[in-house]
Amino acid sequence: MKIDTILSKYEPKSENLIQILHDIQDHTEGNYLKEEDLEKVADYLKIPKSRVNGVVEFYSMFSKKPRGKYVIRLCKSPPCFVKGAFNMLDELKSQLEIDVNETTKDGLFTIETTSCLGVCDEAPVMSINNKIYGKLDSAKIKKIIENYRKGKSEI
Amino acid sequence: MNKMVKITIDGKTIDAEEGANLLQVARDNGFDIPGLCYYDKVSPTGACRLCLVKIKEQKGLIPSCTVKVSEGLNVTAFDEELEDVRRTIVELLISEHKLGCMTCDTASECALEDLAYRYNVTVDNLPFPVKTKYESIDDSSPVLAYDPNKCIVCGRCVKACYEIQGKGIIDFIGRGIETKIAPDLGVDWKNSACDGCGECIQACPVGALFEIPSVGKARKWEVEKIETICPYCGVGCRIEVEKKDNEIVRINGVDDGPANNGRLCVKGRFGYEYEMSNKRLRTPLIKENGKFREASWDEALTLTARKFSEIKKNYGGNSIAGLSSARCTNEENYIFQKFMRAVIGTNNVDHCARLCHASTVAGLARAFGSGAMTNSIRELEFADCILVTGSNTTETHPVIATYIKNAVLNHGAKLIVADPRKIDLVKYATLWLRQKNGTDVAWLNGIMNVILNENLHDKEFIKNRTEGFDEFRMVVENYTPERVEKITGVPKEKIIEAARIYGTAKNASIVFSMGITQHTTGTDNVLSTANLALLTGNVGKLYSGVNPLRGQNNVQGACDLGALPNVYSGYQKVTDPDIKKKFEEKWKVALDDKVGLSVVEMMNEAHKGNVKAMYIMGENPMVSDPNLNHVEEALKNLDFLVVQDIFLTETAQLADVVFPAYSSFEKSGTFTNTERRIQLLNPVLKAPEGAKEDWEIVQELALKMGYEMQYNNQSDIMEEIADVTPIYGGIHFYRLGKDGLQWPCKDENDPGTLFLHKGKFSRGLGHFSPVDYIPPAELPDKEYPYILSTGRILYHYHTGTMSRKVSVLNEYEPGPYAEISPELAAKLNLKDGEEVRITSRRGAIVTKARITARVAPDSVFIPFHFAEAAANRLTNDALDPIAKIPELKVAACKVEKM
Repeated sequence: MKIDTILSKYEPKSENLIQILHDIQDHTEGNYLKEEDLEKVADYLKIPKSRVNGVVEFYSMFSKKPRGKYVIRLCKSPPCFVKGAFNMLDELKSQLEIDVNETTKDGLFTIETTSCLGVCDEAPVMSINNKIYGKLDSAKIKKIIENYRKGKSEI
Repeated sequence: MNKMVKITIDGKTIDAEEGANLLQVARDNGFDIPGLCYYDKVSPTGACRLCLVKIKEQKGLIPSCTVKVSEGLNVTAFDEELEDVRRTIVELLISEHKLGCMTCDTASECALEDLAYRYNVTVDNLPFPVKTKYESIDDSSPVLAYDPNKCIVCGRCVKACYEIQGKGIIDFIGRGIETKIAPDLGVDWKNSACDGCGECIQACPVGALFEIPSVGKARKWEVEKIETICPYCGVGCRIEVEKKDNEIVRINGVDDGPANNGRLCVKGRFGYEYEMSNKRLRTPLIKENGKFREASWDEALTLTARKFSEIKKNYGGNSIAGLSSARCTNEENYIFQKFMRAVIGTNNVDHCARLCHASTVAGLARAFGSGAMTNSIRELEFADCILVTGSNTTETHPVIATYIKNAVLNHGAKLIVADPRKIDLVKYATLWLRQKNGTDVAWLNGIMNVILNENLHDKEFIKNRTEGFDEFRMVVENYTPERVEKITGVPKEKIIEAARIYGTAKNASIVFSMGITQHTTGTDNVLSTANLALLTGNVGKLYSGVNPLRGQNNVQGACDLGALPNVYSGYQKVTDPDIKKKFEEKWKVALDDKVGLSVVEMMNEAHKGNVKAMYIMGENPMVSDPNLNHVEEALKNLDFLVVQDIFLTETAQLADVVFPAYSSFEKSGTFTNTERRIQLLNPVLKAPEGAKEDWEIVQELALKMGYEMQYNNQSDIMEEIADVTPIYGGIHFYRLGKDGLQWPCKDENDPGTLFLHKGKFSRGLGHFSPVDYIPPAELPDKEYPYILSTGRILYHYHTGTMSRKVSVLNEYEPGPYAEISPELAAKLNLKDGEEVRITSRRGAIVTKARITARVAPDSVFIPFHFAEAAANRLTNDALDPIAKIPELKVAACKVEKM
C-alpha cells in the first residue's frame, strides 16, 4: 500500500502517530520504517521529524532497518528468564544461524528480544509478528520455524 | 492579571497570583527548592523530580513545577523525607554523569555541580553502580557539540528548540539509561536541519551542550561579562559578552532583553570572530601612485580637509556627496549628516537604507505619517493572523521569525505567506501564495477586492480614522480574483481564502521586507499593505499593524537621525523654511533647502563627473549597490574618495584616504532597532590602537575645515539630538537602562511608544491610496528568459565584511551560489554544485548552482553577500520614482552551464 493511502486513513493529529507508524511498517516490505516515509509522516502530522524519531526509537516494535518477513521476539522478562528464555534464545540463534537483531540471508527471520508479552503462564514465550507461541522448548521452536519456512504459522 | 490568593509554604503565608507556577512562586519568595528540568521560558516538564513537595490533602510527593497556585495551598517544601528523596535523585544523576568537571567549560556554572555540592554527593560515596561506559560526543556541527555522557535528560533543550525557537530539531531517543537527545531522524548534527542558533546550549543546565569555538578559551570564573547590543541585524538583540584578555570567549542572549528575550541566532551567538581579525585597520592610509601607505592621523585628516575645501570652493558643496552608515551609532549618523550639511554645505547625504526601505519610509509616511514598524517585535507572538510577504524572516531576522513561529505553534495563529520562493516559514503557514515576482500590488488589491465584496471591511474604522476610501475602492474593484490570478499566478481560491483569514482575524499583523520594497513599484507595494491594514482596521492597536523589518542593526536609527537627502533628524524636511531656520540657528551656519542626491543618483552624478568627491562612512557600495560595474566606474571617476571603516573593504580599496574606525563592540552610543527602540551600547573590548571612533573622526575633520564642533562623547551628541528632534525629545543616555526607549518619545517624562497611531495617525487620518498594478521595469524575454532576484541568507550579513571573517559561518556557507529550480536544471542538464554563468544586460557572474525547489521553475535567486560573484553585477538600477529605491528583486537573466 502506498504511504499516501495509509496517511489518508488517519486524521492529521499527532495522537495518531503510533497507529500510523504500525500501519506503515506492516505494509512495508522488510517490516521497517523508511526514512522518507518518516519524513512524510512528520509533514502530514505537522510535527518535527525529531519527535517522530523519538517515538520510533523508544518502542522496540519499530525498526528503522529492514527486517525479516517474520520478526521473532523472545521475551526476556523475569518469568520467562526463570523458565529458560536464554536457552531458547541460543536455540533460535543456532537454528537460524544469526545473532539477535540480525536477519537470515533468505530474508525470512529476524530475532529480537522483548519485555513482557503478558502471557507469563505460558513462559517461556515468543511472538512471531502478531502471533504468540508459549511453553517453548527446542523441539517446539524447531517445528515452528520449519512451518514458517513452509509458509504456515500453525504448529 | 489573575486574582491574588493566599498559600502557605513551610508555615509562611504568601500572596500569589492564581494560576502561577508553584515552584516559581516558592523560589521568588526565598524557598530555594532545587530543580533541573524547570525552565521558566518553556512549559513545565516535571521530569527531574527534584522540586517534589508535599501538599496538604494531596497524595504523595508532587513536582511543584507542574502545580498551579490556587487558594489555600498548604505546601511543605523542606523536610527530612523530601531532602532524602532529592539527595537520592542527585546521587542517581551523578552515577550516570561523566564527571569531566576539570575540563568542562560549564564548570562553576553547572546546576548539577551545585546540587552535588549542596547535597554532598561525591562519586566515592554513591550507593549506586557508576556508569563507566561512555558514548561518543557529537561534535559534527560547526558551532555546537553534544556530550550524551554529561546529559541529564532534563529536556530543556528539546523544549527550547521547539517552544522558543519553533524549530523542533532535537528530541529524546532511546530508553532508560540509554536515553539521549538526537537531531531530526537520528542523523549526525551536521546533517540535520539545525541552523546553529544555540538556544539549546543556553537552556542546558549542565555542560552536555556547549559552544565549540569557546572550548578551552577560559574557565567561567575568569571571564568578565558585559551586556551590549548585537552588531548584526535590525532586531537589536541584547547580548551578554564573556571576555578574557580583550578577546570574546562566548556570547549569550540576555534573558530579559526587550527584543530578544534571551534568544539569538547563529550570527549573534557565534559571529564574533571578525572582531579579533588581524585584518582590522590600525592606521590611516593614503594612496600614492596607486598604492596605500600608512599615514599619521594629522596628515590624513589635513589632506582630506584640504581636498574637501578645495573641491567645495571650486565646484560648490553639492559636488561632494556622503554615505553614512546603518552600522554606526545614532550619534555618529547625526554628526555625519550635520557634517555634510553644515560643513560641506550639501544635502547630498544618504545611506544604504535607500536600497532596502526607502519605499517603506516614503509609503508609510504617506499612508500613516510615520515610516516605521507600527508595532513592537514581541507583539507578533500574540497576533491572530500574520501575513508575511517579501520577508524570508527565518534567515534575515531570525529572532523575529521565532515569535511568528511561537504564534503559530504555541497560540494557534494563522500564518499567510506570500512569497515567490518556498521559504522556511511556508512550513508553518496555513496558506502560501506563490506570486510572480513584482506582482504584489495585484494580489494585495485582489485580497482587498474580496474583503470588500464579502463585507469584511471595518466600516467604523474607515469612517472615523481614514480618508480617500472612495477613490481607493474604485481602483480595487477592478481587481477581481480571476483577473488577479492571471497577473500573479496565484489561484483565485487562495486569494479568496487569504482575504477571509486576514479579513476575519481579531487582530492581524502584516510583516514585510525587501520583497515588497525593492521594486520600481516599491512605494506602491508599501501603500497597498497600508491600504489592507486600513481597510480592516488592523492598525493603531496592540498586535495589529504594518511592520516593515529593517535590515541592519541601526538602519532605523540612520534614517531617524537624518542620513537622508530630504530630511534632517526626525524626518524634518529640508525644504521646510521653519525647519531649516531651526537648524541654521542651532548649527550657526546657512543651510541648503534643496533635496540632495540619493545613493544611486550620487553614483550616476559621479559617473557624469558632477560629483567630484565622496565621503563614505562604514558602507560598502562596491558590493551592496545595484549595477556594480557602473558603481565601480563612478567611484573611479571621483577626484577624491574618503572611506572610513573597520576593514579595507572592496570600496575602501578604491579610496584616496582610509580612516580606521571602532567596531560596535568597542564603543558607546545608541542603536535604534526595527521596533523603534533606542538601546545603549557598552564598550566590551579595547579598540585596536590607532583607530578612532567614527564621530571623533568626523569632528576632527570638521575642526580642520574650520567648523566649531566640540563634543566630548556620544552622550553629548544625543543631548543635541534630543534638543532638535521631536521624536527623540526624551532620549538621554541616563534614561536608557537595559530596556531602552521606543520613539516617539517626546520629553523627559514620556515612557516611549509601544505601538504607533493609537487613536490618531501621526498624520491625522490614515490615507488610502488608489494603487494600480504596474509590471516590473525588466521582464524576461527571448534573450534573458529567467527572472533573477537577490537577497540575504542566515549565515552572512550584508556585504560579508564581518560575517565572512567568521570561520564557523563560512563552514555553514563558504561562498557564492545561485538557487536554481530542478526544472531549469534539467533543461540545462545541470547537476548540483556545477558552475553556471548568469548574465543580465548589465553584467555576468560565474557561480555554483544549488538545485532546489525553493525557487519557482523559471526563477533564479542569488545571495548578494559574496563579492567574488556579486549578484549586484547583474541587478537593475531602475528606480522607484518616489523613493528612488532600485529594483533589486526583479531582473531578467540567462543561465548557461559552464
